[in-house]
Amino acid sequence: MTNVTMTINGRSVSGTVEGRTLLSTFIRETAGATGTHVGCDTAQCGACTVHVNGASVKSCNMFAMEADGADVTTIEGMANADGSLGTIQQAFQDHHGLQCGFCTPGMVMTAAALLKENPTPTEGEVREYLSGNLCRCTGYHNIVKAIMAASGQDVSSIAAE
Amino acid sequence: MYAFELERPTTLADAIKALGGEEAQPLSGGQTLIPTLKQRLAMPSTLVSLTGIDELKGIKNEGGTLTIGGATCHADVAKDGSYPALSDLAGHIGDPHVRNRGTIGGSLANNDPSACYPAAALASGATIVTNNREIAADNYFTGLFETALDEGEIITAVKFPIPEKAAYVKFEQPASRFALVGVFVTKGANGVRVAVTGASEGGVFRWTEAEEALSSNFAPSALEGLSVPADGMIGDLHGTPEYRAHLVGVITKRAVMKAG
Ligand SMILES: Cc1cc2nc3c(=O)[nH]c(=O)nc-3n(C[C@H](O)[C@H](O)[C@H](O)COP(=O)(O)OP(=O)(O)OC[C@H]3O[C@@H](n4cnc5c(N)ncnc54)[C@H](O)[C@@H]3O)c2cc1C
Ligand code: FES
Ligand code: FES
Repeated sequence: MTNVTMTINGRSVSGTVEGRTLLSTFIRETAGATGTHVGCDTAQCGACTVHVNGASVKSCNMFAMEADGADVTTIEGMANADGSLGTIQQAFQDHHGLQCGFCTPGMVMTAAALLKENPTPTEGEVREYLSGNLCRCTGYHNIVKAIMAASGQDVSSIAAE
Repeated sequence: MYAFELERPTTLADAIKALGGEEAQPLSGGQTLIPTLKQRLAMPSTLVSLTGIDELKGIKNEGGTLTIGGATCHADVAKDGSYPALSDLAGHIGDPHVRNRGTIGGSLANNDPSACYPAAALASGATIVTNNREIAADNYFTGLFETALDEGEIITAVKFPIPEKAAYVKFEQPASRFALVGVFVTKGANGVRVAVTGASEGGVFRWTEAEEALSSNFAPSALEGLSVPADGMIGDLHGTPEYRAHLVGVITKRAVMKAG
C-alpha cells in the first residue's frame, strides 16, 4: 500500500492505494466525487473521462499511483464558482444533449478538452473528437449541437431537437 | 486484476534494475496492458512505470532523422509534424484520451497485428533503440504479438529517417478504430517501402511485389493487376481473408495517391 496525494478540483486529496487501484476508483471512493461514471471499465466508452494535468484520460484505464502529485479535474469541477452550470453544462441542458445522463460527465469533460484545443470546431471535428465517448440514448446529434453552441457558434442548421 | 506492486522510477537505470526482478513487466501508457490485467490475462508481480522517466520522452529532429522517446505519447507525436505522415498516423490512433496516454514504445512492444505504428516503423526503415542495442525494423517484428525484444529489455527510443514522400491510410474497424487493413508507404533514400498492418496472421509485413512495381513508377496505376494471396490473411467477423487481401490492394493505391 502506498500513500498518494493529488489535487482534485482544487482540493488536495490523499489516500492509501494498492498498485492496482484505478484512478476512477480513487476519484469515486477516496475523493467521493461520484460524478465520474464507470460504464464499461474496459477503456471503450469514455464515461470515466477526466483531465489529468490538463489532458483528457479515461480514468478507468490509469492507475491512481500514476496520478500522484497531479492536478485532476472531474465533472464536479466544471460548474461555476457560485454553483451554477458552466457554459458547456448549460449548453447540454439547453440543447437536450442528455437523456439518462450516464455518458454526460465524460461528454462534458471531452468537450472541454476539445474547446481548449480548438475553440471553434466544425461539426465534423466535434464528431471526430467524440470518437472515444459512447452514448446509448441521444443518437449524438444534440450532444454535437450542445458542444457547437458552447463554442459560441450558430447551431440552427444542425439536426433538429 | 491480480495484485502487484507498482514502481515509479524516475531514471532509466532504476527502471532497468526494477525490471530485473522476478515477473516484473514495464507499464507505459497502460492502454493495452491495463485491460489485459483486468481480464487476468497477465499476472506480473511488479509493474515498472516508464511514464515518470524524462529521458524516455520527447521528440528530436536532427539531420533528417526523427528520434522519439519510447514513453512519448501518441498526442505528442501527432502535434510534432516534422514527419507529417507519422504525425497523421499518431493523430488517428484510437481517440483523444487513448492518444494522451498510449505510447510509441508500448505500441511497438505489443505488436498487435492491427496496430498502426508497426506499419510506420517497417515502412520507414526505422531503428528500434533499446537499453542494450539497436534493432532494424526489418529484424524486429517476428510474428503475432512477437518481437525481437528479450525479457526485461525496453524500447528507449525509435529512430525514423524522414522520407521524401510518405503516407498512411487506415481502413478502420469502426468500433475499435484499429486497422482492418492499414498501409504505410514511403519513398526516400531506402527506395520504396510498403508495409501492411491489420491484414496478415503473421502481423505487419512488407509487400515486396508492390515495392518493386512502385520503384519504377510511383503511381497508383503501377499496382494494377497486383494482389496478395488470401492465404494467411486474418479472417474474423469483420472480414474474410479474401476481403482483407482485396483491401490491401485498394488501400495501398490510396496510400500512394495520398503520398503524392
Ligand atoms: C479504445 C482504444 C483504441 C485504440 N486504437 C488504436 C488504434 O487505432 N491503433 C493502434 O495502433 N493502437 C490503438 N490502441 C492501442 C494503443 O495505441 C496503445 O496505447 C498501445 O498499443 C500500447 O501502448 P501503451 O503505451 O498504452 O502500452 P502499455 O499498455 O503500457 O504496454 C503494452 C505492452 O508493452 C510493454 N511495454 C510498454 N512499454 C514498453 C517499452 N518501452 N519497452 C518494452 N516493452 C514495453 C508492456 O509491458 C505491455 O506488455 C487503442 C487502444 C484503446 C484502448
Ligand atoms: S468506464 Fe472508462 S472507458 Fe468506459
Ligand atoms: S444520455 Fe444516456 S448514455 Fe448518453
